[in-house]
Amino acid sequence: MSSTDQVAESHVHRDDVASRMGMWLFLFTELLLFGGMFLLYSVYRFEYADQFHIAAKELNIILGAFNTAVLLTSSMTMALSIVAIQRNQKTLSLVLQIITIVLALFFLINKYFEWTAKIHHGIYPGSEELLSRSSGEILFFGLYYVMTGLHGVHVIVGMFLIAIMARMTRKGIITHNNYVRLENIGLYWHLVDIIWIFLFPLFYLIT
Amino acid sequence: MEKHDYYHEHSHGYGIYILVWLALLALTAITVTIAGMNIGRFTVATALIIASVKAYLVLTIFMHLRSESKAFRVFVFVALLFLIISFILLFTDYSFH
Repeated sequence: MSSTDQVAESHVHRDDVASRMGMWLFLFTELLLFGGMFLLYSVYRFEYADQFHIAAKELNIILGAFNTAVLLTSSMTMALSIVAIQRNQKTLSLVLQIITIVLALFFLINKYFEWTAKIHHGIYPGSEELLSRSSGEILFFGLYYVMTGLHGVHVIVGMFLIAIMARMTRKGIITHNNYVRLENIGLYWHLVDIIWIFLFPLFYLIT
Repeated sequence: MEKHDYYHEHSHGYGIYILVWLALLALTAITVTIAGMNIGRFTVATALIIASVKAYLVLTIFMHLRSESKAFRVFVFVALLFLIISFILLFTDYSFH
């Protein structure tokens, strides 16, 4: 304990490393959740390679790529908000967290338009249009809706969690020497980003 | 002392995150471009390799794995290893059906 700052801190029972370790353990369960779906996807893609190829042509690559960029940017603003709080730049950290939420919302709005366009064309699980197609195409769109849908749920949850962090930052609960909560929500947010990094080429870039 | 070191290790500048972000965007552009070209059966492999590089960058820089203690890296390695093992087992089983 070299500085007075840390002497004061030593009275507080806190273990940031263990806290982050706990978050990582939770992320591993998320890995299993999505990992199982990626397993399912890989077998069906192997079995129905040509039909997956035909079905994937209907997805909008530009919209998918744009959404990838939006999510990658939100990951960066999240990481930067932690640097800002470490440097005691509270307002900057808060602004960066709010930008992250706005980008997440932007991602969801794009997703909404993408899904409604598909549904408008009669492509949704159990629709007559879809059921008249080959089984590979039915499986592709089934997986598409379930996997991007579950990912979307994670984005919504992430938005709420970051909003709580922003509130805590504003109230001075998250400070430059106590920001492990923000770090943990950041870890979750980056995992959501990583999942999308794999979903994007597997659904949009089958050529 | 440990706590002191921890704060020091974690204090990356803003620059590295912006650099990694640019790299991630560039890799996205590359993977979209490659998908547009017709390279047949290498398409999936290339897309997955690029996605893995992107995930590696996010894990090491954005998620601070590079500056965490070794235990974290071992944990993540083991978790990923088991995921890969389940893929290998599944496809071994599948190919004998």
